[in-house]
Amino acid sequence: MHVMKDRIRQVIKEHGHLSVDVDSLADDASLYQAGMTSHASVNVMIALEDSFDIEFLDSMLKRSVFESVDSIAEALGQVGVTA
Amino acid sequence: MSIGLATDDQALIEASRRIAEEVAGPNADDVDRNARFPREAVDAMREAGLLSVHVPTELGGAGASTEAVAAACFELGRRCGASAMVFAMHQIQIACLARHREEPFDDYLREVVGEQRLVASITSEVGTGGDMGSSVGCVTAPDNGIVTFEKQAPTISYGDYADSFLTTLRRTPDAEPNDQVLVLSHRDQMEMDPQSNWDPMGMRGTCSPGFVVRATIPAEQVMTTPFAAISDESMTPLSHIYWSHVWLGVATDAFDRARAFVKAAAKRKPGAPPPAATRLSELMSKLSLLRAEVQLALREFEEISAADRSRFHEMATILRFNNLKIAASEQAPIVCQGAMTVCGIMGYKNDTPFSVGRHLRDSMSACLMVANERIHKTDASLLLIAKGV
Repeated sequence: MHVMKDRIRQVIKEHGHLSVDVDSLADDASLYQAGMTSHASVNVMIALEDSFDIEFLDSMLKRSVFESVDSIAEALGQVGVTA
Repeated sequence: MSIGLATDDQALIEASRRIAEEVAGPNADDVDRNARFPREAVDAMREAGLLSVHVPTELGGAGASTEAVAAACFELGRRCGASAMVFAMHQIQIACLARHREEPFDDYLREVVGEQRLVASITSEVGTGGDMGSSVGCVTAPDNGIVTFEKQAPTISYGDYADSFLTTLRRTPDAEPNDQVLVLSHRDQMEMDPQSNWDPMGMRGTCSPGFVVRATIPAEQVMTTPFAAISDESMTPLSHIYWSHVWLGVATDAFDRARAFVKAAAKRKPGAPPPAATRLSELMSKLSLLRAEVQLALREFEEISAADRSRFHEMATILRFNNLKIAASEQAPIVCQGAMTVCGIMGYKNDTPFSVGRHLRDSMSACLMVANERIHKTDASLLLIAKGV
């Protein structure tokens, strides 16, 4: 699980454009409240698809699914990524 | 459109048709010429209780369906675009309060019923580049249960005439631009400094100049639901649905005037159809495309609302209702311009039964109400990742 979350954090660091360092945020902290814009969140989604070689379903492509490191990890689990 | 409507919905549609015919229509040219608020029409809406139709029945409202309110927007739009747009924008505010009900706002919704309060929205802001999803102004930290805010709004539709306002602001002074809340304030809690005149091309009766707004309010008037959720589930899709029904109404009346023109020409010269009849036939297909998109989007909105509102947060759904806005705002002026081509000089002149200048000018506002350029920018980003669109 830690490896997966580290990879998620790496993607957020590169594409999330947060106003704070992602490493200062808890796994369940809101990325939007940390300054991730809608556009940045799309780039995070694309980078996650690329990095984990998966495709998110349309039903998963919504704001709440990409709210935090935890919720992203759960979504990746749903499309078959194992920790 | 009337199939399956409850009695109250039917009453709403009939009242809006009557007000459109007897009040909004006869004043439409004067409202337009003088860029003045359509007060007769709004007074008539108040008298008929139309300002509270979206309030739930247990709070004394009519609990009107989206379909019925959309039909009312259409009916009013056929006679006066500005009256219809004021009605539409008010209903969007009430719908947001009703669909995201929070107990402290129940008393206010009862007041909307009892006093037929008119509610405006303060969403646009200087310095956000037209992005409704971000704010500069913020709610201050509570001091003895009281908070304040200040916002520079480039436009507030019927800002001088509304009783209450819903304003988007950052949740706290430290909040990020996209961490927004919706805040209710009443005129007697506010100072509003006008910043500009109102002399636009169309929708002149909406009276939408800019203001600097300052308010001091009890902290309970700040909604707790994040604005992002209200925007995705209600404000954005409903705005696009109600606005597009207004534009469909405006375009339909332009078409009706073109048809009346052709009919009058045919009566003068019985025999072969007048040359403009072919143009009218072409125009009918353009109007029919507009109507199809507007009505289909309404049906999809009702289906998603009934089935699972979380689907409004999906990118494919956001794209769908953005498409409605772009398609309808581009198609309505095409229909109005086509009507002018059919009517010729009689349509171009402002004082004939076939005048469509007001319709054309009103419909041109559609692409600016949340600029299509801004929506395209959002869509372009979502399209990179959304699949089934």
